[in-house]
Amino acid sequence: MSRLLEAYARVAGEDVIDHLSQLAAQYRGMKVVHVNSTRVGGGVAEILDKLVPLSRELGLDARWEVITGDPVFYQCTKAMHNGLQGNPVNLEPRWLEAYEETNRHNAEQLRPILEEADVVFIHDPQPAALLGHFPKRRGKWVWRCHIDASRPYRPVWRYLRRHVSSFDASVFSLAGFAQALPHPEYLIPPSIDPLSDKNVDLPEEEIAAVRERFHLDPERPLVTQVSRFDRFKDPVGVIRAYRLAKRFVPGLQLVLAGGTADDDPEGETVISEVRAAAGDDADVHVLLLPPDAHRVINALQRASDLVIQKSTREGFGLTVTEAMWKGRPVIGGDTGGIRLQVVDFHTGFLVSTPEGAALRMRYLLNQPRLIREMGAKARTFVRENFLLTRQLREYLTLGIGVLTGKGEWIELG
Amino acid sequence: MQDRTATSTGAGDPPDFSVKDCALIAISTGRRARTLGELCEHLQTVSIDSIYYHFWGGLIQARFDEREYNNDFAAWVRHALHDAPLAERLAVLDPTDFADLEDLRRELLELMEQRLDESESLQWMRATRTFELIRSQIVIFDTRHRIRSPEQLAEIVPQLSTGSIFYHFVDARRRVPDHLDDFREWLSSFGERYAGLRDRLAAVEPYFSSMTEIRARLTRALEQGSP
Repeated sequence: MSRLLEAYARVAGEDVIDHLSQLAAQYRGMKVVHVNSTRVGGGVAEILDKLVPLSRELGLDARWEVITGDPVFYQCTKAMHNGLQGNPVNLEPRWLEAYEETNRHNAEQLRPILEEADVVFIHDPQPAALLGHFPKRRGKWVWRCHIDASRPYRPVWRYLRRHVSSFDASVFSLAGFAQALPHPEYLIPPSIDPLSDKNVDLPEEEIAAVRERFHLDPERPLVTQVSRFDRFKDPVGVIRAYRLAKRFVPGLQLVLAGGTADDDPEGETVISEVRAAAGDDADVHVLLLPPDAHRVINALQRASDLVIQKSTREGFGLTVTEAMWKGRPVIGGDTGGIRLQVVDFHTGFLVSTPEGAALRMRYLLNQPRLIREMGAKARTFVRENFLLTRQLREYLTLGIGVLTGKGEWIELG
Repeated sequence: MQDRTATSTGAGDPPDFSVKDCALIAISTGRRARTLGELCEHLQTVSIDSIYYHFWGGLIQARFDEREYNNDFAAWVRHALHDAPLAERLAVLDPTDFADLEDLRRELLELMEQRLDESESLQWMRATRTFELIRSQIVIFDTRHRIRSPEQLAEIVPQLSTGSIFYHFVDARRRVPDHLDDFREWLSSFGERYAGLRDRLAAVEPYFSSMTEIRARLTRALEQGSP
């Protein structure tokens, strides 16, 4: 077993790796290609960066191709992304021209690879129009939508549907995100990579150094929320919850850690609101971190007694999964994918108001034994369901499904 | 589908046990229910593998909640419709009591329609969470591992993937006569010699634990040594 497989076997279990090897063996002689629009940055690139090498270690002939475009193309695909999430955006004709031209140009570049591939995964809207340029394709093409498209802005979806309808299958993260399409729509929830800087086990000294760097007292309880400074994450509500809880837990400290997205003009306004709400309270730490501060975030989550994610609107909420992987119970907003991960009294608590969040902080901080028990359960829950190995298993299963046919039970020889 | 778990090695010998593995993937049906009436309508016509998924699929798929109920219908009725009587009635349904999944579908509908007759409010009450009807596709493959003796079974079970455990211990109940699991079915080919072991395996509850926990319980049952 290679080093990489051994590393995954240590966290996910040897049986999981054996199972993946058996599934991968069904792909002997086949070529699998993933296509997206960026090699670095963003959740999709993060996943492919691990998924493809892991697939190759398992013996799969897997590769990852990236399409490139000019700024107008990215302007268009950013608008498509926002439109899929429900924001009313206008796709200007010149943007759409750039979108189609970029896909046409990239299709020519990638033709030898994609025409011969047995399974092609096209990630998100950016390369979705490639398909139309491959009338002689040999394999099955699958569109993977990583976006919460549960309530898309209809004109944007109408345009994209023209391109994605012709795929052999599509993949959505949750049933609620799926849109009506004339082919099988597989459901594969997202996952976290246990070996990435964001999630890997850290030495105690590194956690202690991060505590020291941000002046966090290890002797007093700490609650942390990691997320962009965005109104939907309700950072001001978190400060209000902290204040309410602090009356009963006087030593309480709060960390709000995150950054703003470049494409979010409201970010600065929200940070000002958060700073105003924090006032001169030395126990509220508002940390603006760069996008690559993965190990710092990891250490902050591990330094915390509880993690909070008091969103009022959320897609899947991978920050919740990450905190649970570190054995921390999560107090989460009763919305979106958080509802699916946080189970009252088992892996944390769902709350709807700052008052509810304060109540659960007090409840848990007064019962360290319960924090440990719920944290252990949360970690097991993630190990069994939300690691990268599970996501790869589902991609491999899906591939066999689309290659083999439409039966519900597919028995291989 | 026929059970092909037992592979005969020669006249009179108990057959080898062929270890299979499986992987399940969920597929959206595009159907959603917000009321009990809507769920009944969908259940009339939804493909039968959706009934399978909502009873068994949660055991091997990524799952989001404590398995308080043995099927997704009961859990939704309790937690999203807040109707305890119907949830309790649905929760006692054991798929192995029915000849096939179509029979199970009929019983589900019967219980739901009966409850709609009993409770006027359920006819209009909207659930706090949508029920998403999902179906599944299962890929089954031969691991090429063969087990010769029950003693060897005890050595191998702890190393089996959760997919193998699901296939042989849970999914088997759909395929094997008398709704047995594959292990007990195979052990019965040794006559009464392993009757005690069969009883211990029968006592392992398949519904409420994760496959990892079920594997641990099977391991303990097999480790107890005496046949």
